[in-house]
Amino acid sequence: MAEVLVYVDHVDGAVRKPTLELLTLARRIGEPVAVHLGANAEEAAKVLGEHGAVKVLAADAPEFAEYLVAPKVDALQAAYDAVSPAAVLLPSSAEGKEIGARLAVRIGSGIITDAVDLEAGDEGPVATQSVFAASFTTKSRVSKGTPVITVKPNSAAPEAAPAAGTVEQLAVTVADSSKGTKIVSRTPRQSTGRPELTEAAIVVSGGRGVNGAENFPVIEALADSLGAAVGASRAAVDAGWYPHTNQVGQTGKSVSPQLYIAAGISGAIQHRAGMQTSKTIVAINKDAEAPIFDLVDYGVVGDLFDVVPALTEEVKTRKG
Amino acid sequence: MSLRIVVCVKYVPDATGDRHFAEDLTVDRDDVDGLLSELDEYAVEQALQIKEAADDAEITVLTVGPEDASDALRKALSMGADKGVHVEDDDLHGTDALGTSLVLAKAIEKTGYDLVVCGMASTDGTMGVLPALLAERLGVPQVTQLSEVSVEGGVVTGRRDGDTASEQLEASLPAVISVTDQSGEARYPSFKGIMAAKKKPVESLDLEDLEIEADEVGLEGAWTAVDEAAERPARTAGTVVKDEGEGAKQLAEFLAGQKFI
Ligand SMILES: Cc1cc2nc3c(=O)[nH]c(=O)nc-3n(C[C@H](O)[C@H](O)[C@@H](O)COP(=O)(O)OP(=O)(O)OC[C@H]3O[C@@H](n4cnc5c(N)ncnc54)[C@H](O)[C@@H]3O)c2cc1C
Ligand SMILES: Cc1cc2nc3c(=O)[nH]c(=O)nc-3n(C[C@H](O)[C@H](O)[C@H](O)COP(=O)(O)OP(=O)(O)OC[C@H]3O[C@@H](n4cnc5c(N)ncnc54)[C@H](O)[C@@H]3O)c2cc1C
Repeated sequence: MAEVLVYVDHVDGAVRKPTLELLTLARRIGEPVAVHLGANAEEAAKVLGEHGAVKVLAADAPEFAEYLVAPKVDALQAAYDAVSPAAVLLPSSAEGKEIGARLAVRIGSGIITDAVDLEAGDEGPVATQSVFAASFTTKSRVSKGTPVITVKPNSAAPEAAPAAGTVEQLAVTVADSSKGTKIVSRTPRQSTGRPELTEAAIVVSGGRGVNGAENFPVIEALADSLGAAVGASRAAVDAGWYPHTNQVGQTGKSVSPQLYIAAGISGAIQHRAGMQTSKTIVAINKDAEAPIFDLVDYGVVGDLFDVVPALTEEVKTRKG
Repeated sequence: MSLRIVVCVKYVPDATGDRHFAEDLTVDRDDVDGLLSELDEYAVEQALQIKEAADDAEITVLTVGPEDASDALRKALSMGADKGVHVEDDDLHGTDALGTSLVLAKAIEKTGYDLVVCGMASTDGTMGVLPALLAERLGVPQVTQLSEVSVEGGVVTGRRDGDTASEQLEASLPAVISVTDQSGEARYPSFKGIMAAKKKPVESLDLEDLEIEADEVGLEGAWTAVDEAAERPARTAGTVVKDEGEGAKQLAEFLAGQKFI
């Protein structure tokens, strides 16, 4: 059976959920071979093996952390040369897309980004994309070379599938030309203890209606009662009420949770672009005419400062 | 020595309009008004600021697109860019990301450059890969997704706010950079700027000028193929209630019914 390369997104060997989703999708088109760059490959290999990776190609080099993107492309290319895969899958993060793009140029292949589903087809893997702020669904494929496809988080439910997950060292030479962009310093983001926005099953977002940083705890309290991540509209972010990393939308994160709750958000096209594929959508807005109500499964026309705290109490009571 | 800046700008269908596909499954550009991709305004703005901080710099704005794409160039010129390059050729219809990067790279090499500035993504394709593709093709460093950028003494530095960390980056010119919408609001063209833009030179190039064969680009030459495009069915109208004191309870009831609580 054809091998499929899966680029592993991890933090020091802790594999992030989107990679497990990639392994699940990869099994539809071949045998997943994971590529782990950086430390703790053995630890990662356990999880990768449990999710179907027949092999883990591992490489660690200081250049991966010292320079931007290009050294990782050298490594992925080495894996590509070693395996001759039927496809290369990467997560649709900024970095995943850039690594995929540069690999595509090098191997003379097409690239599809932001796939939300993947299946085997007569002429190679067929990717589903959700485009134009999720108003259209397309099916595309790579017609030249080995398909390079990046996949959005939450595109598949990770399935367990025991496989060998044998770690093999991958020899990588980082080219001098790949050392062009130095990473001078790195400030890790502080963890809030809440689920990661793009991976969360429930997201509660606040917008301009929240009216001040001092009021965001109202949104956070609801999120915490539901075990949800907190999002924000660009208006709230631009006003400095919440960090940019929590922005949902075209230029923020794109989320696709089971439940999305928008409080004090009007529903501009650029916001919708990032949340329209959520399974269930709920809005709380005092303006009955707000466009967000066109999308909702359930909407409450009312003041968020009345509805949200009361809902938080209801959730706590019901959860006991 | 003059700093040669090339800004890549894309002409896109207005996102607030009714965007759709043509019969050949390419973007229908005839039925919807087009404009300069809003995210490229940030690229033009940063290029202008880099120019203002430099002793001597010149900004060329470059677009690949149909006749109307000259509107995107005019907008960038009215913001303050110095000249335009428009790559236009009927054989470009249906070009994908790899093809676009090929055309842009050849045009950039022909124009001459020290710094290429791009937006973080187009507002139609939203791939966000063009800057990386360009860096790979041009064989120069990529310094992408910057929320802060400056150029001094032949070195570009910037801040990239990623998922798990914020990074400070540095590269020597020539380089390709891309800037996010966090990099600073774009200026509005002044009346004087709009008038001046009418007189600024715009060079028109076709595939022959760039020594690109027709079958390397366009729908036929594309590395990807779109087989289907379907409008997403409108969401079935949900329940909307007015809060008269019971709103939270009713909503909790709905959430419980859906097994969220
Ligand atoms: C909905 C949709 C989905 C698509 N999916 C794919 C796909 O999966 N694979 C694929 O190969 N192609 C795809 N395409 C085609 C692709 O978007 C375009 O061919 C192309 O112009 C490059 O991608 P982008 O505009 O998305 O670039 P991005 O990488 O999003 O744009 C980044 C920057 O590149 C510059 N730039 C981009 N295009 C131009 C241009 N024409 N002229 C000047 N500067 C430019 C701008 O500075 C812009 O800010 C898709 C197009 C659409 C409309
Ligand atoms: C290129 C580009 C990219 C963009 N990217 C993004 C993006 O990624 N994400 C994004 O969100 N936006 C993005 N935007 C901005 C977008 O166009 C809107 O401006 C933004 O989404 C508006 O945010 P909002 O809904 O919070 O604010 P508003 O549109 O001002 O809406 C606030 C809403 O709150 C309601 N409200 C006020 N007070 C209360 C109250 N007490 N109780 C209940 N309701 C109340 C109001 O009725 C109103 O509907 C982008 C724009 C551009 C041009």
